[in-house]
Amino acid sequence: MSKNATEAIKEKSMVIQKDMLANLFHELSKTKETGKKVVYTFVPGNLTELILSFDMLPVYPEINALQSGMRKKSGAYIRDAEKLGFSEDVCTYVKCDIGMMLNGNIGPTGEKLPAPDLLLLSYTGCFTFMKWFENLERLYPGVPVAMLHTPYQEDGNITPEQVEYMVKQLKEEVIPKMEKVSGKKFDMERLSKMMANSAKAEDLLVKILETAKNKPSPIDAYFAGVYYIGPIFTAFRGTDEAVEYYKELYAEVTERLRLGLGPVTPEGELKEEKFRLVVEGPPNWTNFREFWKIFYDAGAVIVASSYTKVGGVYDLGFRHNPDEPLESLSKYCMGCYTNMNLPQRVNLLADYVKEYKADGFLINSIKSCNSFSAGQLMIMREIEQRMEVPVGFIESDLVDPRYFSYANIKNRLESYFQMLEQRKIIMAQDAEKV
Amino acid sequence: MKQFNELLASCKEVAFDLRFTKAANWKLADKSRAIVGFLPIYFPREIVHAVNGLAVGIMGAGDHKQIIKGDAYYQSYICHLPRGIIEMALDDSLNHFDGFVFPAICDCIRNLSGMFKLAEKGKFQRYFDYPQNFDTLIGGVFYRQELEKIIADVYAINKVELTTENLNRSIKLYNYNRKLIEEIYKIRQQYPWRLSAVDTYLIIRAGLAIPVEEHNIILEQTVEAISNERGEPMDNIRVVISGSFCEQPPLGLIKSIEMAGCYIVDDDLMLGSRWIQGDIEDNSNDPLTALTNAYLTQSTFSSAVYDVGNPKGKRLVDLVKKRDADGVIFSAASFCDPALLDRPELQKACDEAGVPHINFQYHENTGQFKVIKEQAGTFSDSIKLWA
Repeated sequence: MSKNATEAIKEKSMVIQKDMLANLFHELSKTKETGKKVVYTFVPGNLTELILSFDMLPVYPEINALQSGMRKKSGAYIRDAEKLGFSEDVCTYVKCDIGMMLNGNIGPTGEKLPAPDLLLLSYTGCFTFMKWFENLERLYPGVPVAMLHTPYQEDGNITPEQVEYMVKQLKEEVIPKMEKVSGKKFDMERLSKMMANSAKAEDLLVKILETAKNKPSPIDAYFAGVYYIGPIFTAFRGTDEAVEYYKELYAEVTERLRLGLGPVTPEGELKEEKFRLVVEGPPNWTNFREFWKIFYDAGAVIVASSYTKVGGVYDLGFRHNPDEPLESLSKYCMGCYTNMNLPQRVNLLADYVKEYKADGFLINSIKSCNSFSAGQLMIMREIEQRMEVPVGFIESDLVDPRYFSYANIKNRLESYFQMLEQRKIIMAQDAEKV
Repeated sequence: MKQFNELLASCKEVAFDLRFTKAANWKLADKSRAIVGFLPIYFPREIVHAVNGLAVGIMGAGDHKQIIKGDAYYQSYICHLPRGIIEMALDDSLNHFDGFVFPAICDCIRNLSGMFKLAEKGKFQRYFDYPQNFDTLIGGVFYRQELEKIIADVYAINKVELTTENLNRSIKLYNYNRKLIEEIYKIRQQYPWRLSAVDTYLIIRAGLAIPVEEHNIILEQTVEAISNERGEPMDNIRVVISGSFCEQPPLGLIKSIEMAGCYIVDDDLMLGSRWIQGDIEDNSNDPLTALTNAYLTQSTFSSAVYDVGNPKGKRLVDLVKKRDADGVIFSAASFCDPALLDRPELQKACDEAGVPHINFQYHENTGQFKVIKEQAGTFSDSIKLWA
């Protein structure tokens, strides 16, 4: 693999994904000509198959925001939103999205994104989503809003009553609005067929993520993981393209596994896996590559992460079910990571530490995201006590560059890696004594 | 007058007793009594009252407690309220509570419910999910199930069955409670000097920590006291405070606004006590449905409730008109996503209606009010001079 200081190394699957996204954004830019309707919605608990079954196109404002962060545009967008009166304290995804809209709504490929024909507010696991779309509803006056209230798993399970509540909302609120906007009748059979595809892709994604149980891990389940989850968490779940993408990705990963290779980083393959970590919390997007580099320079591989479960915790067994499409969509929404209560989250993360044989547990706490951040320090204590692994804590933000302090984060991580190193030495000495 | 001042002093003591002594003593009198703590904003206390329980509002530690452990549980960019509450839980101030209810208002309160579960505080820790669908056959059914869960939680503790008669009786008592509170606001609208906003706040907050029967007596005495002339009218402007629905500002902040020349003629402090607008049906065969319907159709506006189709900007402007207010002071807790994300839209609605406004942020333990007083004073002067 050739190494270039400025250009990131890309696997074939990444190229495929890039093309998929480029095609989508191109299609979005042409909706005036094609007449296709556009639905703005959120990643956690998204109803992609349902949207696609009406031949509508989804747009995910969080994805736009993170893309703006990676393209170094979010800072200016956020400042523009703050000029409108949005406080410095609030979610920067919201401010970035509103700033992007104020600046012409230009998508990541440089093409203009269309205004929504429907705002699908399926707010799963994040209260701010509701505030976000209340704001968008006023910025796009007259656009209908379909609200899908997703009950929280407060008791640590999904009850039949909660499923019934969601199905009723789908039938009475969401689907009628989609029918009206799209001008098409709801087609359960088509939705069901898509769900069969969803399940296939979900099976493959789980297999891919679980390859990280091997030593060395052939993947990084956080930094590379955010690319792996891209198609299934966004516009492609339920499509043939997504199944093909995951087949290709799985083939790549199993080949690396067969050869005993480590993860591919932007600077090529990681030669030595020194530390295996479980990470809680979303990554920082404004300095994504610098952030990742701190880890791979130290030989730290993320073997499991909670962020790659925000659009579905498929490793716990959930699959979209073609036999009960609406019930299945409901269970999917309620099952996403941030809709799980704190004891469930702790159990999941503790299992990851054990099953993925992690050396440590790290939290990247995001200033903007209370859904993740509130309670993280307690999660950290619980994991430390239960699993007896060193824990680390760093702070950054999603897309506000003012809250990414490279020196501070690097300093903390280096200290953490030293601690892990020291622990390994002590454990090896103890093992020798035994 | 002396008697009323004593009443105010006792309300202050009860409102800021972070060990909830009154509630603890109440519980001691009968073994089948249960105390259920609830967090902001709204919780239908009637369902707990009807099964021999006392629903006690836990509105935060404010500036009445030094936070030590709580700060170790929360990052600097998370609001102050939950760190005070976890501090109270960890230092055993809440040990006489049987269970806790966490209404669905934001991610912080939601995750705090999980922290209480992990810390095993109380016999139950219930996240109380408000429906955001207002159809009686969809959101209504869901809300009723949420109510039934809490009734079952309390039953598991004290084995007291809910009866139609008891729930109707509880509804009646809380209807009367809200009516008296509204009467106080009504009198204050016309004669704001008769009862300061600070005293109003203390009287209402005290009601979250004592039985409704006792609170109704306090409110009756207040109405009686302020029905007669007391205090001196001042050359103040009239303002509505918006944004303080959950984390409560320190008393010093409310006092600073008043001292800066503003009569606070309405506010969203202690919003839960005024949540339901008007009476709930109190003689039906199905009072749980009556409570459900009241939530769906008689709730006030708030940052915690989905408002498409009934925008809160318009509702705030309507309130300003109803109270004949000169302006709005947006006063929200720092790092409060719901309140702060609503602010631009509320400000826009005020601008369009020609309602002057200012804004600032606070923590529940903010200790410096000079800037706030100057800002409110300038606001008051500008309205008096040029409005």
